[in-house]
Amino acid sequence: MANTKNIHKLRVDASTEHLAQVRDFVAAHASEMGLSGKDISDIRLAVDEAYTNIIKHAYRNQSSNPVEIEIGHNSTELWISLIDQGDSFNPSEYKEPDILQRIKDKKRGGMGVYLIRKLMDNVQYNTKGKTNEIRMVKNL
Amino acid sequence: MKNFSIALRHNESVSILDISGELDAHTASQLENSLKSLIDDENYHIIVNCSDLDYIASAGLGVFMAYIEDVRALGGDIKLTNMNDRVYNVFDLLGFPTLYDILNDEREALQSFSTN
Repeated sequence: MANTKNIHKLRVDASTEHLAQVRDFVAAHASEMGLSGKDISDIRLAVDEAYTNIIKHAYRNQSSNPVEIEIGHNSTELWISLIDQGDSFNPSEYKEPDILQRIKDKKRGGMGVYLIRKLMDNVQYNTKGKTNEIRMVKNL
Repeated sequence: MKNFSIALRHNESVSILDISGELDAHTASQLENSLKSLIDDENYHIIVNCSDLDYIASAGLGVFMAYIEDVRALGGDIKLTNMNDRVYNVFDLLGFPTLYDILNDEREALQSFSTN
């Protein structure tokens, strides 16, 4: 995106130990950009869910693998990308979670993608070679 | 870095977990262990006081999903109280308010246990 300015990057290992750090990183930059408290909360949670999914599903809890987080904005949108080299996610196979059925089955999880879609205005998954990217956009 | 903590209290036959900080995929196991040990000790009337809970991710909600059926089957319940608006919003987005007893405060939760 030609007119995107101020891109901030963070690289961490794929471990839940870094969740708070990743949330705080995006929240600090979203706050600098002047977003509302509600939008910052949405972004915190969306990035948490995306990063947790990479840890659990892309890298299957192999915590030595890297995840790159980028946050940037232009005049109309703020975007956050998470980049990994693990197993890719196929959004066409995704089904919305039936929470009641999951409770009955004593299952958990499967709620992250649903939340991300509710919290953000646009979500795209791109896989090129071994690299996966989830790009989440909040309209400004 | 420790950004989540749990304390346990009792009010007659009701067990109250005061949770504070940030509940995510890293800290959810602490809540899970606390709930598990209450259930193992046959304490099935449980209140989770969220007044100092600043943040919750779906991994935190997953813990409640995993135990509610068992606790209810044993005649008890897990009731949640004192959520701030941001935390409530996450439960609400996932439709939890129709499935869980989410109450304003501890007094209401204690009352609803005593009337059941």
